[in-house]
Amino acid sequence: MNAISESVHRAAPYAHDRSSVDRIMLQVCLALTPATLFGFYLFGLPAMLTFASICLAAIGTESICLLLQGQSLSRLRDASALLTGWLLAMSMPPWCPWWLCLGAGFFAIAIGKQLYGGIGQNVFNPAMLARVALLISFPVQMTTWVQVTPLGSEQAPGLLQSLAIFFGQQSIPDGYTGATLLGAAKAAANGGSAISELVAGNYSLTQSFLGNTLGSLGETSELLILLGGLWLLRRRIISWHIPLAMLGSTLLLSGLFYMVSHEQYLSPWYHLTSGGVMLGAFFIATDYVTSPSSTAGKLIFGAGCGLVMYVIRAWGGFPEAVGFAVLFMNALTPLIDRVVKPRAYGRDQRGNPIKNVSARKAS
Amino acid sequence: MFGIAMRGGVHPETKKDLTAERSIIRQLPLPKRLYLPLSQHAGIESRPQVQVGDRVLKGQLVARSGGPLSANLHAPTSGTVVAIEPIVAPHPSGLPAVAIVIESDGEDQWMVLPTLDDPLALSPDDLADKVEAAGIVGMGGAIFPAAVKLRQGRRFEIKTLIINGSECEPYLTCDDRLMQERAEAIIDGARMIRHIIEAFEVIIAIEDNKPDATAALKKAAAPFGKIEVRNVPTQYPMGSAKQLIQAVTGKEVPAGGRSNDIGVLVHNVGTVYAIHEALRLGRPLISRIVTVSGGCVQSPHNVEALIGTPVRDIIQACGGLSATPARLLMGGPMMGQIIPSIDSPVIKGCTGVLALTRQEVNEHVPSPCIRCGRCVDACPMGLVPLEMAKHAKADDFDNAQQYGLRDCILCGSCAYVCPSHIPLVQFFEYAKGELKERRNSEHKQEYTKRLTEQRNERIEREKAAKLAAKKAKKKKSSRTSQPKASEPTASEPAASAQEESAGS
Repeated sequence: MNAISESVHRAAPYAHDRSSVDRIMLQVCLALTPATLFGFYLFGLPAMLTFASICLAAIGTESICLLLQGQSLSRLRDASALLTGWLLAMSMPPWCPWWLCLGAGFFAIAIGKQLYGGIGQNVFNPAMLARVALLISFPVQMTTWVQVTPLGSEQAPGLLQSLAIFFGQQSIPDGYTGATLLGAAKAAANGGSAISELVAGNYSLTQSFLGNTLGSLGETSELLILLGGLWLLRRRIISWHIPLAMLGSTLLLSGLFYMVSHEQYLSPWYHLTSGGVMLGAFFIATDYVTSPSSTAGKLIFGAGCGLVMYVIRAWGGFPEAVGFAVLFMNALTPLIDRVVKPRAYGRDQRGNPIKNVSARKAS
Repeated sequence: MFGIAMRGGVHPETKKDLTAERSIIRQLPLPKRLYLPLSQHAGIESRPQVQVGDRVLKGQLVARSGGPLSANLHAPTSGTVVAIEPIVAPHPSGLPAVAIVIESDGEDQWMVLPTLDDPLALSPDDLADKVEAAGIVGMGGAIFPAAVKLRQGRRFEIKTLIINGSECEPYLTCDDRLMQERAEAIIDGARMIRHIIEAFEVIIAIEDNKPDATAALKKAAAPFGKIEVRNVPTQYPMGSAKQLIQAVTGKEVPAGGRSNDIGVLVHNVGTVYAIHEALRLGRPLISRIVTVSGGCVQSPHNVEALIGTPVRDIIQACGGLSATPARLLMGGPMMGQIIPSIDSPVIKGCTGVLALTRQEVNEHVPSPCIRCGRCVDACPMGLVPLEMAKHAKADDFDNAQQYGLRDCILCGSCAYVCPSHIPLVQFFEYAKGELKERRNSEHKQEYTKRLTEQRNERIEREKAAKLAAKKAKKKKSSRTSQPKASEPTASEPAASAQEESAGS
C-alpha cells in the first residue's frame, strides 16, 4: 500500500466531464435494446424467460460475490453485471432451460469476473467465457435453434407452454428446431457437398441481414445490432478501430477464399450477416476491460478476432466461433498492450528521445 | 486550420463568459497588510534585505534572489515591515512559509524610479539583468525566473519566439483581458524579448475563442514587422509550452530537452507585460491580473492585485462569496492548487482565484478502472495513464516511468475524462515525488561514498608520505654513518614527488 489517501486531499483537476461508469454501461444496454426486442418478437415468451433469468442470475451472482467480499451492494449500480448478463443472453439459444440460464449467469460473473478480482480485473470477456464453457459442456442444448415463431403467430407458444419449456417439463418439438446457415454450411462442407447449392436453395441474404432467421436470441438481426453499434460510435462509447478491423479482416479472408472456391467456402456477405459477428464486433470485442487500450493495439486485436473466427468457421470443428476468437485475443491483450504503446510526445516509436539538430550556438 | 494540432487533449466547459466581457478592476482598496512569501518562484527562498521596523517605499527591493532559480521581491506599496514570520502560504500542503509582512501606510508612495534609456538601444545582456532585477517569473503559473529563460535562450539560435496567449484553463480570462486592454504594452514587451534573444520572428498564439484579444493584438502588432498574431484551436492543454509549440510549429520538443533545442522560446503574455513594465517604466513586478471567478463568487471579475494581497480582499472586491465553496483554488480548475486558507496572499504565479461549487467540481468516490482507454485518448503526451497509475499504485515506479511517467506534464486531461473518477494526477504526483526522493538519496549515497573514498585515499597518502619521510630520515642518518648505502636514493625522490603531485 502506498501513502496516498484518496479522499482527504485530492490533486487537480477540480473539474470533470461528468462521465461515469454506470452511464457508459447503461448506454451500451440501450444500444442493445432494439436487437433484444426484435429477438423477443421472433422467439416469443420462452426467449423473454431466457433473457430475464440470465440477467437476474448475473446480477444475483454479483450481489452474492460483493457481499462475500464485504463490499457495498451500491457497486451494483455500475450496471456492469446487468450488461454482462444481457450480452450473454443475446448470444444464447433463444429457448434455454432454466438451469442453463442460471448456470450461464453464474459462470459469467463468478468465474469470469469476480474470481479475477471484480470489475476491470478479468482477463477474458465474462459473457463469452460462459458461453464457450457451456457450449463445450452442453453442446446439444447450446445448439438447439428454434424456428422463428413470431409473437402473435400461430406457432408462438403460450404462457403455460413457455413456462413448461423453460422448466423442462416439455421438450421442444422436433419440428420447431432447425440448423443455422453457418451450421448447415459446416455440415455441407464436412459432407462434401457444395455450399453454394445449399445457400442458393434455402437462404436469403436480405433475411440474414434483417434477422428474420433462426439463431441466437439477439444475434440474428445484423441490421439492428449495426444501428446500435453506430449509435455507440457516435456517442463515443466505443471507437471504430476494433469493429472495423474485425469486420474488415473477416471480409478480406472470406472474400479471398470465396474467390478460390464458391463450392467450399461461404460468401463473405453471409459471413458478415450470420452468427454473432456483428454483435461480436461492436459489443463484445469492444469490451474495455479485455481489449487493448491503444489505437494500434485495438486494430491488431480486431483483426485478430476476425482471423481466428474465420479460421474456425472455415476449417475448425465449430460452425460459429466469435466466442473462441474473442477469448483467444483476450489472452493476447496484455501482450499487445505491452508491445504496442502509443508513441510518446518527443520520443520515437521505441521510446528514445527524437533526434534533432540542436539550435545551440557554437561558443 | 493546422496540419498538426495537438494530440489528445480535452474540451472542458470554458466558463470564461463569467468574466471575459468585464473590464479589469484596477483600483482595489489598498490592503492593510501585504504578505510576501519568500518563495514565489521555482528556486530556493529569496533572502530578506529589510528588517522588522524598516520603512519601505513602493517598488523597493525587500528580498534578494537566493540562488540561480530564485527571484527578487519588491514592496508592493509603501509602509512598514511589521514581521518576517511564517504564514499559511498558498501551497496545498498548508505548511507555513516565511513571508515579509508589510503594513501599508496608505500613501502608496513609489520609490524614485530610474530614468530610462530606450531599452531597444541597450545590450541584450543588460536588459536580461534588468528583467532579473525586477523579479519577474513566469506569470502563467510556471514561476520560472524569466531572466534565466532569456539567458538560456541567448545561447541558442532562436528562430521563433512564441508569446503564449492561449489561456486554455477554464474560467481564467486574466490573459484575455490583459491582451484586450493592454495590447500595445504586450507588443512592446514582445519586441524587447525578441531583441534580447535575437529571435527571427514572433508568433503570438491565442486560442480561437478569444476573437477580441486577437483583434486587439493584430491591431497593435500591425506597425511592426515579423510579429504575427495567430489563432490556435481551443483545446486543453494548449497553454502547455510543449503542446503550443507543436500546434504552432509542427515540431515536438525532444524528450528530456528544452524548447531551445528546436529554436523556440515560449513566454506567457503576462510575463511579456511585466517585462514591458520593467524595461520601459522601470517598475519591478509588484502586481498582477487575477481572475476571480467560480459559482460561489458574487460578481466574478478580473482584478489587478498587488502581490501579497490576501485572497479574502480580492474576493471582497468581487462582491464576496455567495456560498461556501466546495473548493477554493489558486489557478485554473485543471492544474490549480487548493488554497489552504482564504487569508493566504496572492503570489506572482497566481493566475486566478476560483471558488467552485460542488456541482462545478463534480468530485466522486473513485471506483475501479474499467480500462476504457479514455485517458489514453485524452493524453496530449501520448502516454498510457491507466498503466502508469496501476504501477504507481503498486509502488512499481520503474514500470510507471516506462509507461510514460517520465514525460507526464500533470495536465490532468486523463483524470478529467476518467469515468471511474480515479485521481490519476494524484498518483502521478505521488510517484514523481517518490522518484525524486529516491534520486536525491542516491545522490546523497554517492556523495557520501565519494567523500569516504577521498578520505581513505587521503589517509593512505598521508601514511605513504609519512613512511617516505621516515625512510628519508633513516637514509639521512644512515648516510652519515654508512656512506656506501647511497645507490637506491635515485628512485626515492621520484616516488615521493609522485605522491606529492597526486596529493595536490
